[in-house]
Amino acid sequence: MPTTITLSVNGRPVTRTVESRTLLVQLLREHLGLTGTHVGCDTCQCGACVVHLNGRSVKSCAVLAVQADGAEVATIEGLAAADGTLHPMQEAFRKHHGLQCGFCTPGMVMSAIDLVRRHPTPTERQVRTELEGNLCRCTGYHNIVRAVLSGAETMRGAGDPGAAAAAD
Amino acid sequence: MYAFEYHRPTSLDEAVSLMVNAEDGALLAGGQTLIPTLKQRLAQPSDVIDLAAVPGLTGITQDGNELIVGAMTTHAEVAASDLVRATIPALAELAGQVGDAQVRNRGTLGGSIANNDPAADYPAALVALGAVIKTNRRTVAADDFFTGMFETVLDTEEVVVSVRFPKPQRAAYCKFPNPASRYAIVGVFVARNGPTVRVAVTGAGQSVFRLPELEARLAARFSPDALANVMVAADGLNDDLHASADYRAHLITVMAKRAVAAASGSPAD
Amino acid sequence: MATVNGIGAAVTRREDQRFLTGRGTYTDDINRPGQAYAVFVRSPHAHARVAAIDTAAAEAAPGVIAVLTGRELAADGIGGLPCGWQVHSKDGTPMIEPAHPPLALDTVHHVGDQVAVVIAETREAARDAAELVEVDWDELPAVVDATAALAEDAATVHEAAPGNICFDWHLGDAVAVDAAFAQAAHVTRLELVNTRLVPNAIEPRAAIGEYDVATGEHTLYTSSQNPHVIRLLMGAFVLKIPEHKLRVVAPDVGGGFGSKIFHYAEEAVVTWAARRIGRPVKWTADRSESFLTDAHGRDHVTEAALALDADGRFLGLKVSTVANMGAYLSTFAPSIPTYLYATLLAGQYRTPAIYAEVKAVFTNTAPVDAYRGAGRPEACYVVERLVETAARELGIDRAEIRRRNFIPASEMPYATPVALEYDCGDFAANLDRALPQADYDGFAARAAESARRGRLRGIGFATYIEACGIAPSNVAGALGARAGLYESAEVRFHPTGSVSVFTGSHSHGQGHETTFAQIVADRFGLALDQIDIVHGDTARVPFGMGTYGSRSLAVGGSALVKAMDKVEAKAKKIAAHMLEAAESDIEVKAGQFTVVGTDKSLGIAEIAGSAYVPHRFPLDELEPGLDEQAFYDPKNFTYPNGCHVCEVEIDPDTGVVTLVAFTVADDFGRVINPLVVEGQVHGGLVQGIGQALLEHCHYDPTTGQLLTGAYTDYAMPRASDVPSFRVDWHEDVPCTHNPLGVKGCGEAGTIGAAAAVMNAVIDALASRGIRHLDMPATPHRVWQALRDAAVRPAA
Repeated sequence: MPTTITLSVNGRPVTRTVESRTLLVQLLREHLGLTGTHVGCDTCQCGACVVHLNGRSVKSCAVLAVQADGAEVATIEGLAAADGTLHPMQEAFRKHHGLQCGFCTPGMVMSAIDLVRRHPTPTERQVRTELEGNLCRCTGYHNIVRAVLSGAETMRGAGDPGAAAAAD
Repeated sequence: MYAFEYHRPTSLDEAVSLMVNAEDGALLAGGQTLIPTLKQRLAQPSDVIDLAAVPGLTGITQDGNELIVGAMTTHAEVAASDLVRATIPALAELAGQVGDAQVRNRGTLGGSIANNDPAADYPAALVALGAVIKTNRRTVAADDFFTGMFETVLDTEEVVVSVRFPKPQRAAYCKFPNPASRYAIVGVFVARNGPTVRVAVTGAGQSVFRLPELEARLAARFSPDALANVMVAADGLNDDLHASADYRAHLITVMAKRAVAAASGSPAD
Repeated sequence: MATVNGIGAAVTRREDQRFLTGRGTYTDDINRPGQAYAVFVRSPHAHARVAAIDTAAAEAAPGVIAVLTGRELAADGIGGLPCGWQVHSKDGTPMIEPAHPPLALDTVHHVGDQVAVVIAETREAARDAAELVEVDWDELPAVVDATAALAEDAATVHEAAPGNICFDWHLGDAVAVDAAFAQAAHVTRLELVNTRLVPNAIEPRAAIGEYDVATGEHTLYTSSQNPHVIRLLMGAFVLKIPEHKLRVVAPDVGGGFGSKIFHYAEEAVVTWAARRIGRPVKWTADRSESFLTDAHGRDHVTEAALALDADGRFLGLKVSTVANMGAYLSTFAPSIPTYLYATLLAGQYRTPAIYAEVKAVFTNTAPVDAYRGAGRPEACYVVERLVETAARELGIDRAEIRRRNFIPASEMPYATPVALEYDCGDFAANLDRALPQADYDGFAARAAESARRGRLRGIGFATYIEACGIAPSNVAGALGARAGLYESAEVRFHPTGSVSVFTGSHSHGQGHETTFAQIVADRFGLALDQIDIVHGDTARVPFGMGTYGSRSLAVGGSALVKAMDKVEAKAKKIAAHMLEAAESDIEVKAGQFTVVGTDKSLGIAEIAGSAYVPHRFPLDELEPGLDEQAFYDPKNFTYPNGCHVCEVEIDPDTGVVTLVAFTVADDFGRVINPLVVEGQVHGGLVQGIGQALLEHCHYDPTTGQLLTGAYTDYAMPRASDVPSFRVDWHEDVPCTHNPLGVKGCGEAGTIGAAAAVMNAVIDALASRGIRHLDMPATPHRVWQALRDAAVRPAA
């Protein structure tokens, strides 16, 4: 049955009518044209679709759009500042070559920011363990781990502007 | 996904009556199992009843020597809770090992135990800790709650409200994850309370089970050494692509020893 | 010396800005006006006759536009999917090529084989209707294991291939090998399984077909590594559309690893269906479909023997391999277990006599084709497992046995007994760099420390070589390739001095938009933002053979250099004219054209301006414009090589293998961008490590069902499964025959890693009497091996 939902996406109010079975990722990609959030599997494991729902990283392929009614959603498209300045975590991925084909990257970055929210000073082991929900086939993870450690450091120094941007 | 009717009730009574009236209703908690199942078209409920807006189902409180965890409390909340970490740290540790970070941000205690996946982590904790499950209709001891693979005593119109965990003197959970799914191939939760020791195993059988022989040995002496030379029978254990029944039987002893070591602060081997 | 953005500079990637902000454009991100959605009806059986298909209920379902089957396809004269490489058997007969219709007509040959397509207004409507297509299946016996398929009573996959044999091929000198074994002091034998893998690029395949009725032009958007190859194969053989009426676009592609080289049925079906229904048709694979239908990799069973003299010198190598081709011949499948495998069996060693035979076998499984490394990891695994086993059997240090047998740098170029000529390489130098970094000397102490904790520690090597920069067309043609393997490039200076480069190479993670721009920046002294690298669109790029076989830089980059040579030559003529000097007096340096010994000089931008506004231009001698195209056909393969050292620790109680350290010393020739190269190595390593420790594509031997068809059962490497790596290389031995001196680095990590990991695992287990273990060394398998060894009576 079609349901009308209203939510905030990257700080902007959005109202759409969706089927009950529409997933949050479908709402983002197909209804809102936010194709930065990707779909890499059908068993909710690859993490390419990770977004923030009320400030927490979730797999948007494992959330119904109707469940997000009234919620705040942040996607990769909303991370950089209006002037194009990258979020410290995006910048860290760029600097440390933490991406190759770019397909897992949005989910990886969104997961990494939530990781830093929970562990502001993560160890390499913590980063590796906490990224269990995100698969990358290109990088061998080495540079992703470097990037997350570096991004965490910058976010600490910068008073965590990213977590705020993503959560608000 | 097949089409279904979605409901978001705002009271427990409304949720129950929606279930009663649905042709084939499904309760939606964190959705981390239900939604993937729907996506694969492995289930076709007529109605999906989301418990997110039902008040009184979340939160962690202390009641004397017991912790009460609301059914809709997420794994991440349990893992990060100062109260849980101070009272039953093994429970926080276990919650921090369920699925991955994103699953833990959505998945809930109530959803996990109501689903009773044979490889889920929480059932081991509930059984080993002697937890009591409160539903909208009754309270059930964990020993009686889990009845088989993906089966519990819950009736269709029954909703888990909370779980009451007695604080153990010592407890630990040791998990051997499936390298692909990261569910437990074997997970052993050991809890000691005075003279009583309970050992609960998940991942290895159709549903969580206890090991009386190990419990007796550990009651006599709560040390990994007490489990030296203990061989768990492989009969009836799960046997699949990832682990044979023999391997699982072996891992149960290894994980039990490690859990006892972690709980007692002594080395495992 | 590296300039700030030129060759050798660790420039951060330009493509990252769009990927990091969610502005990449992958095929599924594209939506065409009026598009409909395709969902395929696939076989649930490994082998079955299609007795009947009833599409009536599906056609009547809401939102359905069309339901098409092999019948409509045949009626429209659509051809089968072609194979691009023909191998001949020992007896000279050509390989068997079974028909491979894009929609199976009367028989399906593997689970997931497609029989119909439902096209509807939405994807969910198409999916709902696909369930209503009723197929009457007559199940047939199936076989999934390649050795089982050779059994006398095995099920027949294709009537056209008796005994399920596609070809029975060989390479090398059997007589010389027999003679070597006759005089050997020692023979080391191994039976090895090289596991079947699923490539698993994180972007699932996707395709959108479109037809413009006004112009008669077809467009296919597809997640491909080589759009021109798809245009050629699909246009010429399947849909019979001439190239000028078929445009293929491969936009941002989310990883390929070989699996997106090939022409797949879905590409042809959506393009054909779009014309039929008069609307764009879009298909995106579910991961489950990817598992079932992407071409898989590896899947060899091999018996190998190495003959040695008393000093551990290699005398001869004999290899017999059964290679699983799957149910159909994928685009380049026949070349993988033959010319990309057996030709690498010399490895880095001076083995004088080598003989290899390969039986390629059909089974009721997904087709097998190139997957990162493609044949070369399989060869490296055979050779390096044998070498370490021989060293252990003879009591020779594993580094030492390699040193004794390396082809010395002084003997380059070196013709191997298996058809290749290595142009250069200093293998001992790699080992010399790797050993101290891996602290090989300190290993014994570390192993003792592990033992005190009840752990088993092992160290293992792989000294690999690969043939990359695929490939000299005349050689490839002689070996059965049905295409040339050159590359094209066009360098177009615009009037104000900015540059568009059109390359037939395709980037799906490799960073061409940065590294190719660095080459141009270096040559002409430009800033990177003055240069665009255009790839992935047959309407924009003149021609191309695409990206695979670590060929982009060695072949595509060389084509780029050739095109730049032409631009520079023309620019020099223009400069001579404008500066009123003899062409021979013009000195060119980084895009600056100067009359020798004067301060008269012009920059390339001014020359480009003059070329497009030819007021002061030698119009009698030259055409206006500054836009040159070149094709480059390599003279030889390139031979990246290196040394991997892996250290593991095993928990004997659980069988868990922990990677403690991984050290790599490579020779890729000249390096354009160290940041990118290091990333390529890391990724390659983890794909090799994944094979060694985690990944295993497993079909049920009786039913032919895919048992590892999801990430819940197919163990992909995660961040927590691997350590950080020590990666090093030297640039002392550049490739001798291409203008950049580059060798390629995309596959190197994968080629060496699996062998190095397994050698380390066996080293750790050797003290327990374990001589060999097949991949993947999962905890269960390691524990089982330890348990079996414990109860086995001592030999």
